Amino acid sequence: MSLLAAIGRMVLGFLALIGKVAHFGTETVSHLFRPPFYPREVGHALLQIGYFSLPVVGLTTIFTGGALALQIFAGGARFSAEAVVPQIVAIGMVRELGPVLVGLMIAARVTSSIAAEIATMKVTEQIDALVTLSTNPMKYLTLPRVLAATLVMPILVAVGNIIGIMGGYLVGVNRLGFNAGTYLRNTIDFLEPSDIMTSLAKGAVFGFLAALMGCYYGMQSGRGAQGVGQATKSAVVAASVLILAANFILTELFFAA
Amino acid sequence: MIELQDVHKAFGPKEVLRGVNLTVPKGESLVIIGGSGTGKSVTLKCVLGLIEADSGLVTVDGQDVTRLKQGSSERDAFLARFGMLFQGGALFDSLTVWQNVAFRLLRGSLKKTKDEARDIAVEKLRRVGLTPDVADQFPAELSGGMQKRVGLARAIAAEPEIIFFDEPTTGLDPIMAGVINELIREIVVEMGATAMTITHDMTSVRAIADDVAMLHGGKIRWAGPVADMDNSGDSYVAQFISGSAEGPIEAVR
Repeated sequence: MSLLAAIGRMVLGFLALIGKVAHFGTETVSHLFRPPFYPREVGHALLQIGYFSLPVVGLTTIFTGGALALQIFAGGARFSAEAVVPQIVAIGMVRELGPVLVGLMIAARVTSSIAAEIATMKVTEQIDALVTLSTNPMKYLTLPRVLAATLVMPILVAVGNIIGIMGGYLVGVNRLGFNAGTYLRNTIDFLEPSDIMTSLAKGAVFGFLAALMGCYYGMQSGRGAQGVGQATKSAVVAASVLILAANFILTELFFAA
Repeated sequence: MIELQDVHKAFGPKEVLRGVNLTVPKGESLVIIGGSGTGKSVTLKCVLGLIEADSGLVTVDGQDVTRLKQGSSERDAFLARFGMLFQGGALFDSLTVWQNVAFRLLRGSLKKTKDEARDIAVEKLRRVGLTPDVADQFPAELSGGMQKRVGLARAIAAEPEIIFFDEPTTGLDPIMAGVINELIREIVVEMGATAMTITHDMTSVRAIADDVAMLHGGKIRWAGPVADMDNSGDSYVAQFISGSAEGPIEAVR
């Protein structure tokens, strides 16, 4: 009986969480249409989330692109299909690995810092102070971060895709003996515009989720250093899981036909 | 005038406020005393709407403030009349000192130009005994006492009619505590503001209060003018004032 009760409590808790997050998300989006707006905060968030994430995005994707080329070459050799490396690297990077890897790196880098910052503000009463100064924390803190992440993630994904393909290209040309011109032509000829559009759309969704989780768990933070740590951890875990789940759903939507 | 009628608030099974009744006449300075964890902060936050009371009525000048919707213009107008000094200062650490002080003047209904806002911020900083060179520093670069003063400057920046002080002297050395007490008294008198302070520092009480109310067990145990405090005839108040471990208030809570 107590086991059943425990399972029931977990399910109820999970459903309640989904409801709260959905409510938080819709409230955030609704502030997009209701003044006042804080463009300075959006600008700051764009810089923090977008520009300063470029190095980590580049490093992650270049190594992945390179490894992908090696794997496909070795795997393809088993049925004499070594030549498909450029095409598979391109499609694998753009449709799948680019958005997912950049999403996960953003969850690690941006979600954690948003959650820790907002949680600390909550713990030190800065959120209360905002309210007493007639400033809605959802407008001043949440919306700028979520908006910036949603806008900037497609760009980061595009950059990640290009650098990932470049990683594959460098390995393909220097290690696997591909002709540089052929490699590039194969890549470009093979990619469809829809591949790129869906890649960027995934990016936008992942950016939204990553920032939203950071804000949600930050705002929900418990007291003290432990509360901040807990909030940060929960935010990163939730963002990562949601990004992977959303990736599956979007892939199903876009490509299963 | 601020009035609380039979305000209740529980967090889960823990009843913090069990029917608080309190009146603060316009222009008066009320100090709420009571041990740690007796709900002093919760009382203040119920008035501001930072915490929603479970039941009871909170009115400011006859207006029921518990009914104001979050984010509505009525609530904004209501909050615009308030200033609050938070216990830890609650300064925004991403903003410089002057931007903190002028926060309300840089956006929203009270928006002024940047230069005007900065001039007012510097003036308020001077009012709390800080030099203009502090204005461009960040809160983390300041000592605890200076942060409190910046918090005080921010609380008074928009000339509020009502000011709340949450443990203004906690964590300060006795001299700095004295300075802050004096500042609060001066500011309240010169601005004619209504003030509510919570503290367990008796020096602070005597320096700031017109009236005193003691919160214990989620209710107002005693309330009266500060002059009557020493002869309240209430054993709880007497014990609290003397700081004795012996008495009706259990030392272990």
